[in-house]
Amino acid sequence: MSSESNYYVPEKSVLPFAAATGLGIMALGAGLAVQGKTPLILLLGLMMIAVVLFFWFSTVIQENMDGLPSAQLKRSYVMGMGWFIFSEVMFFAAFFGALFYVRVFAVPWLGGEAAIPLIDDFNSEAASTNALLWEGFKAEWPLMINPDQVAGGSTFVGPEHSMSFPGWANWYHWLPLWNTIVLLTSSWTVHVAHHAIKHNNRAKFQRWLGITVALGVIFLYLQYAEYHEAYVEMGLTLESGIYGTTFFMLTGFHGFHVAMGTFMLFVQFMRSFKGHFKSDDQFGFEASSWYWHFVDVVWFGLFIFVYILS
Amino acid sequence: MAHGPAKGIGRWLFATNHKDIGTMYLWFSFAMFLLGGFFAMVIRAELFEPGMQIIKPEFFNQMTTMHGLIMVFGAIMPAFVGLANWLIPMQIGAPDMALPRMNNLSFWILPFGFALLASTLFMEGGAPNFGWTFYAPLSTTYAPPTVNFFIFGIHIIGASSIMGSINIVSTILNLRAPGMTLMKMPLFAWTWLITAFLLIAVMPVLAGAVTMMLMDINFGTSFFNAAGGGDPVLFQHVFWFFGHPEVYIIIIPAFGVISAIIPTFSRKPLFGYSSMVYATSAIAILSFVVWAHHMFTVGMPLAGELYFMYATLLIAVPTGVKVFNWISTMFRGAITYETPMLFAIAFVILFTLGGFTGLMLAIAPADIQYHDSYFVVAHFHYVMVAGAVFSMTAAVYYWLPKWCGRMYNEALGKTQFWISFIGFNVTFFPQHFLGLAGMPRRYADYSLQFTDWNMVSSVGAFIYGASQLLFLYNVISTIRSGEKTDDPKVWEGAEGLEWTLPTPAPFHTFSTPPDVK
Ligand code: HEM
Ligand SMILES: [Cu+2]
Repeated sequence: MSSESNYYVPEKSVLPFAAATGLGIMALGAGLAVQGKTPLILLLGLMMIAVVLFFWFSTVIQENMDGLPSAQLKRSYVMGMGWFIFSEVMFFAAFFGALFYVRVFAVPWLGGEAAIPLIDDFNSEAASTNALLWEGFKAEWPLMINPDQVAGGSTFVGPEHSMSFPGWANWYHWLPLWNTIVLLTSSWTVHVAHHAIKHNNRAKFQRWLGITVALGVIFLYLQYAEYHEAYVEMGLTLESGIYGTTFFMLTGFHGFHVAMGTFMLFVQFMRSFKGHFKSDDQFGFEASSWYWHFVDVVWFGLFIFVYILS
Repeated sequence: MAHGPAKGIGRWLFATNHKDIGTMYLWFSFAMFLLGGFFAMVIRAELFEPGMQIIKPEFFNQMTTMHGLIMVFGAIMPAFVGLANWLIPMQIGAPDMALPRMNNLSFWILPFGFALLASTLFMEGGAPNFGWTFYAPLSTTYAPPTVNFFIFGIHIIGASSIMGSINIVSTILNLRAPGMTLMKMPLFAWTWLITAFLLIAVMPVLAGAVTMMLMDINFGTSFFNAAGGGDPVLFQHVFWFFGHPEVYIIIIPAFGVISAIIPTFSRKPLFGYSSMVYATSAIAILSFVVWAHHMFTVGMPLAGELYFMYATLLIAVPTGVKVFNWISTMFRGAITYETPMLFAIAFVILFTLGGFTGLMLAIAPADIQYHDSYFVVAHFHYVMVAGAVFSMTAAVYYWLPKWCGRMYNEALGKTQFWISFIGFNVTFFPQHFLGLAGMPRRYADYSLQFTDWNMVSSVGAFIYGASQLLFLYNVISTIRSGEKTDDPKVWEGAEGLEWTLPTPAPFHTFSTPPDVK
């Protein structure tokens, strides 16, 4: 509830309009690029957005250093970030939902089975779907042989290997496990950094924030290695049916968010050398760290539902 | 802070003022309303008689698709955001929106997004032609190449909605004047708080849906392709998980508008304020768990059919509470029938009618007959046009004098009301009969026995369309030459902080928050 007066309302600003223009150009360019036409417009849009964001954040930081924002405005920023993260959660929810749907319903039905015995009365319908459309297709997860292959097609060729746990004998080969360790550790290190800046210990703050960024980079590298292995050695690609689809889309969007988060933290790291952040005022850093924790939680969901339970 | 508006075009391009941004939203949405309306006229002209007269079937499909998309995302949603921008700060005693620059970004994305969407009409392959619900595989395997622009257009329009909603939530939660507790807030602010929450929750799911399409179309994934182990029905689940809350996103701010107008012209406080808040919240929460009532015919397990049927029927309870409260507010009130009140009363009657047809559709075994027929078209136009659009019209008549310090022409307003009312019902009531008789929706042609009612419907549509031009004329002539008024209250029965401000509302209001008792 508002109690302070003088809420800061900027007079006018070119930034929003420039950002909207950038987004418009990006959308047009992306539509062209995916059709195999020129990627230049997309690049132009992205560059515009990047430039605008740079100036936008600079402006906000400058305003903060000039002491313009009241405690109330800072609360608006906090809420803004919080609700933004909520919207991101819902974006991932769509893809997790798709994963659950295909695993619990779609694939079993294609294979001629009731999805949930007793509740699902689909036994007979599913059986005829299977018999008439995809005879010989067997439901399994990870899905290694697609309906298309069973019917003699070759559009969607299943993978040779899946990303599932390779067994205790080979556990140390299993990248997802290392990724989990890396990311969980990084959530802890960013927390330590936060603690440090709150106690005005800048050197410690920088050290632990730097470690966090490094862990983010390691994670990304490991994921790159995993993808490389998937494409080159396992025959697991975006095109290898619903298993590859859900695997790459979920981990891919997560990886993209890790990249964003790493970049955000890196920016905070650089800012700390310019003397930004005080023991009672480090919102830019805090917002990035919330984002980082969110990315971490999503990974946990991925680790369980994409890697372990399969 | 004490400055007036900037001069020239920069006032609009670089705006941070909630009133200016609200004005842009309102004009933009009206322009989209006319564009979408024009498409509707094309559709109704073609359907006036059986056989193909004016356009080709392929183009007809583009028209229905663009009509739906533009009306939902371009006309109704931005119109209510415009209203929120104008009113929420004034109603809760805030100096502006919480994040003024992001506010302007949310707005300016829209012209770009819709320019992109509309430009597909002139591109090779034509505009999207798969209906506003863009079911796969029509929107993937069989889509025109312009689907890619549609996808990215939806992405940025969705980003605009999310940012707009984050702004509204932050404004309401953080910028209320001292003493303005949540349960003292005008219902319009409440309904927008709930709507904004719904938007933040489901717009990302829509983004997910179009992203899956994008991947299936261009990058060989198989979300919606059974050959790769996916399922086209998955698309419908993801879409309607967004889509059903979306229809409430459209109607819930309308509830807020009606809850402001009816008390004013009944000269009684709103009956059952807190039950209104709870009922609206209940509707919002339920809206997350009923989505598959749009999918009764896709072949769900019986348990699914039953669950979604009963859950949907449950929504009638809180909806009934609201209708009951509006009627009780009017009961024994000293009612006068100015234009906003006429629209509000029509809203209550016609929205309730739409709710009833909704209940009929929610009964799974019956819906197997009604589904994808004109009965559904009639249902949702009763709730979206007589619901959302009527309430928007009411809102403009109601608050316009406050905004510009000039009174609209009451006689013209009433005329416009009656033409709209008659035109609307002549258009859509017969569509119930058509649907029950078995006429499917989204076809460019129909068999002969449907001719009479289609002709009636088309005539009604032209009348309704014309009445909107009258509305436009009335609004413009009010702004330019309406009778001046400086009465802060405008309507003697109006309550709320916005009516304590001078008329017309100054550029900056509540720079220091008022004290609310
Ligand atoms: C008591 C409240 C309501 C109930 C029980 C209800 C129920 C339904 C059902 C079961 C359908 C699916 C019909 C079919 O496709 O066979 C439907 C369609 C629809 N409803 Fe409602 N509805 C209600 C209120 C609303 C409201 C308030 C709105 C929007 C403002 C709305 C907008 C729509 C739309 C747009 C469709 C059609 C979507 C499409 O397929 O294009 N409904 N409704
Ligand atoms: Cu629905």
